[in-house]
Amino acid sequence: MSGMRTSKIGTIWFVIFVAGLAALPFINDSRSFLILMTQICIFAVFAMSYDILLGFTGIVSFGHCMFFGIGAYTSGVMLDRLDASIGTLLLSVLVGVLLSALLSYIVGMLSLRLKSHFYAMLTLAFSGLLLVLAEKWRSLTNGNDGFTFPIPSVMKDRTVLYFTALAVMVVMFLLLRRFTQSPVGRVLLAIRENEQRTESLGYEIVHYKVFATVVAGMAASISGSLYVLTLRFVNTTVFGMDMTLNALLMTIIGGVGTLFGAIIGASIIEWAHHGLSELAKFHPIFERWIIFFGLLYIVVVLLFPAGIVGTLRLWWLKRRGRRLEQSLQADSNAIRKEGAG
Amino acid sequence: MSGRRTDQADDMILETEGLTIAFGGHVAVQEVSLKVERNRFKSIIGPNGAGKTTLFNLLSGQLRPTAGYVRFKGKDITPLAPFQRTRLGMGRSFQITNVFPNLTVLENVRLAVQSQQGVRLNWYASAKAYRRFEEEAKHWLDMVLLGNRIGVMANYLAHGEKRKLELAMLLALQPDLLLLDEPTAGISIEEVPAILEVIRKVKEAGNRTIVLIEHKMDMVLDLSDSIAVLFNGKLLADGRPEDIMNNETVQAAYLGGLYDDAVASAGD
Repeated sequence: MSGMRTSKIGTIWFVIFVAGLAALPFINDSRSFLILMTQICIFAVFAMSYDILLGFTGIVSFGHCMFFGIGAYTSGVMLDRLDASIGTLLLSVLVGVLLSALLSYIVGMLSLRLKSHFYAMLTLAFSGLLLVLAEKWRSLTNGNDGFTFPIPSVMKDRTVLYFTALAVMVVMFLLLRRFTQSPVGRVLLAIRENEQRTESLGYEIVHYKVFATVVAGMAASISGSLYVLTLRFVNTTVFGMDMTLNALLMTIIGGVGTLFGAIIGASIIEWAHHGLSELAKFHPIFERWIIFFGLLYIVVVLLFPAGIVGTLRLWWLKRRGRRLEQSLQADSNAIRKEGAG
Repeated sequence: MSGRRTDQADDMILETEGLTIAFGGHVAVQEVSLKVERNRFKSIIGPNGAGKTTLFNLLSGQLRPTAGYVRFKGKDITPLAPFQRTRLGMGRSFQITNVFPNLTVLENVRLAVQSQQGVRLNWYASAKAYRRFEEEAKHWLDMVLLGNRIGVMANYLAHGEKRKLELAMLLALQPDLLLLDEPTAGISIEEVPAILEVIRKVKEAGNRTIVLIEHKMDMVLDLSDSIAVLFNGKLLADGRPEDIMNNETVQAAYLGGLYDDAVASAGD
C-alpha cells in the first residue's frame, strides 16, 4: 500500500518535472539555452541506455558509443543521400535501431557467455573498428572531416527540435522504466546482484544479458540519430571514447540503477561542460574541462558512490524502513500486551 | 521405519555413478555412486573437507565432473547447466549464504516464484501485474518465520535470517528434489527447531525428495530415511541410520576422528 503511494507521488513529481521542462522555451528563449537543453535531453537518453547495462544488469561496456555512432551515421547518411523529409528521418532512426540491435546481439552472443570483462573488451574492440571504418570509408562518411546534411525543414526551428528531444526523452524514460520493472527487468537486477544464484533459480543468464544489451543498443542509437539532427553534421567524434566516457560519467554521477539519475547526470555534465567553456574566456585552464570532470568523478565515487539520485533514494528507503520497523515494533508490542492481558 | 518397500528400489530420483572431480592433483570427490529414492529423506554426513559441498555442486551443476555421471529422474543430466537442472525440478540451497543483497526479502523470494511459474521472458508487462507472485512469496516467507521482514534489504538481515531466506527461496521453487546444504548452520540454537520443523513438514507432505548435508549427526538421525557417509571424497557407507550408527568403519573413520567434538556437542 505504501509502495503504491510512493509511486503515485513519484508520478506527480515526474509530471511536474516534465511540465517544467516543457515550459522552459516560453520562459527563456535564448538560442544557446535551448540548444543546451536539447543536448541534455539527448544525452539523457544515451545515459539511460548505458544505465540499463551498468546499473540494471551490471555489465560494463567500453564501447557503448558504437551504437550512438551507428544511429548518428545512419541518420546523417540517409538524410544526405535520400531526401530531407520527416519520413526519411523516421526511417533512418528505424534503420539505425535495427542495425544497433543486430550488432549488439552479435557482440553479446560472442562474449556474454564468458566473464563480464570479455564484453567490456569486445565492445572496446568493435567501437574501435567502427571508428576506423568511419575514417576510411570516405565515399560514405567523408572520413575524419565528416559532412553536413540537410534536415527536414520543420526541424530547423530550435523550439521544435527541443520539444522533439524532450518528447523522445520522456517516451524513452517511460519505456525503459517499464522494461526495468517487467519480469525480465527484475531478473536483470537479480543478475546484477548475484549471477550464480539467478542461474540456480532457473533463469538462463545469457538470454537476459543479451536482451539488456540489445535494448541498450537500440536506445543509444536513437540518441545518436537525434544528436546529429541538432548539429546537421556528423563526423567520427560520435565513435570516440569520449562519448562512452560521457555516458559512464553521467550514469555514475546521477546514480547507477536509477533511470532518473541518468537524466540528472546528463544535465549536470552538459551544464558543466557549457559553463566551463564559458569560463575559458577568463582562464585557459577551463578549456581543459575534462580535468574538472575527473575531479568531479573522484568526489562522487568517494563521497556518494550511489550517485545523486541513488543517495537520495537510499536516504528515503532508510527513513521508510525505520518507520516500518517502528510500526512493526508497535504491532508486536500490542500483541504482546494482548497476550499478557 | 515407515514402510521401506523393496519393490520401490528401482524408483530412484537421483543416481550418480563413479562421480569424480579432481582439482589439479587433488581429488575432491572420488568415484561416488549414490542412489536417492524418490520421496525419501537422505542425509549426507562427513567431516569438514570430506567433499560434501563439492558433491552438491556436482549434483546441481555448478561443477562438471571429471568422470562419472549424474542421472535425475532417469535422465542423464551430466552435461546440463544449473538452470536446466532447476527447470527439471532440482533445487538447492547454499551453505555460504547466497541471496540477492540489494533486493528486498520479498523480491528475493518473488524471483524464485516467478521462475517456478515459468514467467521468464516477459519484458512488456509490469511485474506489478503479477500480484499473486508476491502473495505466494509471502506465504513461503511466513513459513520460514520471515514474514515480518519482507520490506528489508536482504543484506541488512542477520546471518540466521539470511539462512531462512535461502530456505524460502528454495521452497518457492517447489522442486521435486531439494538439496539442502547445512540449512541450520549459523542459525541461533532457539531457532533451529523451527527450521527443522519446516524441513519436517516438507518431508511429511511426502511428495518431495530431500537430500541434506549435515555436520551434526544427531540432528539428522530422526529425520533421515537413509544416511550416506562421505570421507576424504569417498563414499564410506550408505544405509539406514541405525546401520550407519553401528557401522564400524564409520565409527573408526568419522566418529573416531571427531570423537572429541561429538562429546563436546553432546555435553551441552
